Amino acid sequence: MIAELGLAVLWMAAALAALQLVAGALALRPDGGQLGGLVRPVAVMQGVLVLIAFVALVWLFVTTDLSVKLVVENSHSAKPLIFKIAGTWGNHEGSMLLWVTIMAVAGAFVAVIERRLDERTLIATLGGQAFISLGFYAFLLFASNPFARLPQPAEEGQGLNPLLQDIGLAFHPPTLYVGYVGLSIAFSFAIGALITRNVGPAFARAMRPWVLGAWIFLTLGITAGSYWAYYTLGWGGWWFWDPVENASLMPWLAATALLHSVSVLQSRDALRAWTVMLGVLAFSMSMVGTFLVRSGILTSVHAFAVDPQRGAFILALLAIDIGGALALFTLRVSTVTEGARFSLLSREASLVFNNVMLCGILGIVLIGTLYPLMTEAYGVKVSVGPPYFNPVSAIFAFPMLVVMAIGPLLRWRRDRLTGDRAARVTWPLAVCAALALAVFAGVEALAHHITLLPALGLALASGLFPASFLPLVGRNLRRTPLPVWGMVVAHAGIAVSLFGMASESAFSVERLAALTIGESRDVGPWQVRLDGMMPVAGPNWTALQASVSTRYAGAAPTVLHPMAETFTNPPGTRNESALQTRWNGQLYVVLGEQAQDGRWQMRFWWKPFVPLIWAGGAMVGLGGLLALLGRVLSDLRRLIARDKIAYRRTRQGR
Amino acid sequence: MNSETVRSPMIKPKHQRLVLVMLALTALVGAGLLAAWALSRQASYFYIPSEIAAHAPEQGRAIRLGGMVQKGSIKTMPDGITIHFTVTDGKAQVPVRFSGITPDLFVEGSGVVAEGRMEGATFVADNLLAKHDEKYVPREMKDMVSARSKQGMAQTK
Repeated sequence: MIAELGLAVLWMAAALAALQLVAGALALRPDGGQLGGLVRPVAVMQGVLVLIAFVALVWLFVTTDLSVKLVVENSHSAKPLIFKIAGTWGNHEGSMLLWVTIMAVAGAFVAVIERRLDERTLIATLGGQAFISLGFYAFLLFASNPFARLPQPAEEGQGLNPLLQDIGLAFHPPTLYVGYVGLSIAFSFAIGALITRNVGPAFARAMRPWVLGAWIFLTLGITAGSYWAYYTLGWGGWWFWDPVENASLMPWLAATALLHSVSVLQSRDALRAWTVMLGVLAFSMSMVGTFLVRSGILTSVHAFAVDPQRGAFILALLAIDIGGALALFTLRVSTVTEGARFSLLSREASLVFNNVMLCGILGIVLIGTLYPLMTEAYGVKVSVGPPYFNPVSAIFAFPMLVVMAIGPLLRWRRDRLTGDRAARVTWPLAVCAALALAVFAGVEALAHHITLLPALGLALASGLFPASFLPLVGRNLRRTPLPVWGMVVAHAGIAVSLFGMASESAFSVERLAALTIGESRDVGPWQVRLDGMMPVAGPNWTALQASVSTRYAGAAPTVLHPMAETFTNPPGTRNESALQTRWNGQLYVVLGEQAQDGRWQMRFWWKPFVPLIWAGGAMVGLGGLLALLGRVLSDLRRLIARDKIAYRRTRQGR
Repeated sequence: MNSETVRSPMIKPKHQRLVLVMLALTALVGAGLLAAWALSRQASYFYIPSEIAAHAPEQGRAIRLGGMVQKGSIKTMPDGITIHFTVTDGKAQVPVRFSGITPDLFVEGSGVVAEGRMEGATFVADNLLAKHDEKYVPREMKDMVSARSKQGMAQTK
């Protein structure tokens, strides 16, 4: 019953999306004014209906309805409740429904709250959103129906891949999806503005919070995904340049560029065509990412759809949406008038430089990700890994980070670096640069084995961190607007994260050992000892758990418990690593197998400052949140002021 | 014009967009060329044992080796963590050395993809990818597994 209700509601939502598109298109004709009033309510209703369909699917998973095919294939009655809920989107159909749900709810949200953009552009935006949604509705309803029933209810479900039974999974995909889909709103705004030839500050003001919101979620999603890979895979790495990781990184790079250029458009009315282009690019990257991950072209835990028809469907959607947007862009770009001008030494120019660098990194990552697929078409199998991605993206990233330290101190439009500006800009930056050089010299002098890239990273991070606080110098801190704080925190977060990455790569110590019980080993400053082994059982797994006592430089010991878990539904194993975090790094312990002579294989890493990678990522997200909060507060203040004025007017009129 | 504008000139209105477009194109073309050059040096090619026997890859270059772990070939060294085994595709064999924790589904007779490099006649693996579960097969292994099962089917007929 619930399944049929969900499917029926999904069909109705798809019909409303079609209505929203047609009404929007007709309303834009000169005589179509009345239809325009229909678009907003339809968008809201569509959002509500899809949400009902999604809740229906979650309900089916929570109650483990074994007559529904999707539940049987991906769930099990003995699974903990949180993984039953998370299992809703831990599969192809459910994740596509989640995608459509977020898209429709976001569209409804735009319809409710956006009041400052002119009505025609908003209608075009919602029409564009309906157009993209329709493609995904078709995909769900015709090629991946999540509510399909089995002819005979099954006895028991087949369970969820053990790697995916982790609390990180409960939040990682929804977070990334909100990010991807938030970019679809930015895309729709860009389309709307192109259709009504209304590219300017008002459009940028409407678009910016969506880009910011999407970017915050992408940042947090990537950070959390990286930490998830770090502690569940047991390989000790935090970024593998896996195509699936790249698929989330590429939209983030485009969204970062878009976020900065939309700010320029909003406050300076410059970079008009550029911003629209980035809006199209950012969502295109989300679609490319979805295609790569979901089409089954890559084999990984993320590739649920191995059905080639589905891959072809997503590819067709990709071609229609992106091709259409690019065609519209080409047709209309000549009508987008020239924005305000700026000199080569100005904040705009530094932002343009960094935008171009971000696009360069994006290109590097995209080519590296697609290259194995392209060569495979010619029968040559290759894989592309860190030896390509790290140095080549660094060629673009390092200049970008240098400019990132300088740009926020420059004035809009035109600046100079002599006279009083020298004291304000040049000298503080020179101090930061000297600090960076000192760190570089120190690293090169004291630690010869460190390669160039981590050494440069450590130096740059040390200079960038103080430099990112310079925009606060000379300001009244209590009156500094929240968006400025946001920028400072986010830029400092980049420095913190970079320091963690460079330190991990430069100073990590790895020990592999086969230990008998009671045996000790040194791992960098740590002394570790295998105390014992014990079998343990969880709700749907059994495991061998090791007790490892660890001492840092002679301090009191703490006991860690790495585990090797065995799952029964479906059968599978997972090595649960154990982590010991200190302020200056993390000890990482993995339990392997028992060797023939009875010894236990263990792997240890001491990774100095590695938690800074994710702490920095969280800071970047927090910076975005502060900027968004500043925007929301100023909107609220404006609304309250308007209400007061209206109230006084009515009183005077009485 | 004062000295200030000479030092940091405003770009002429008509030229600004042109400059932006040129800058973006230069960077993107630069990125593309750089990527192509780096890929030609850094991409790691996939080999099966008979390809290594016929045409050995450059020593020390990162490659991937795929095949079946030969029955009875896994030997653990006295340190307990280094293993030696032989990868075969039915026509040729390559000896492999690996230090580390092996994947759970790494057993004799199963398929494996090893990442590493040739040192002499031995393949030194940094990482082993075995089948994670029924659904997960390394991309390169898929053809081989199906080819072998077809071969096996043909033999039993």
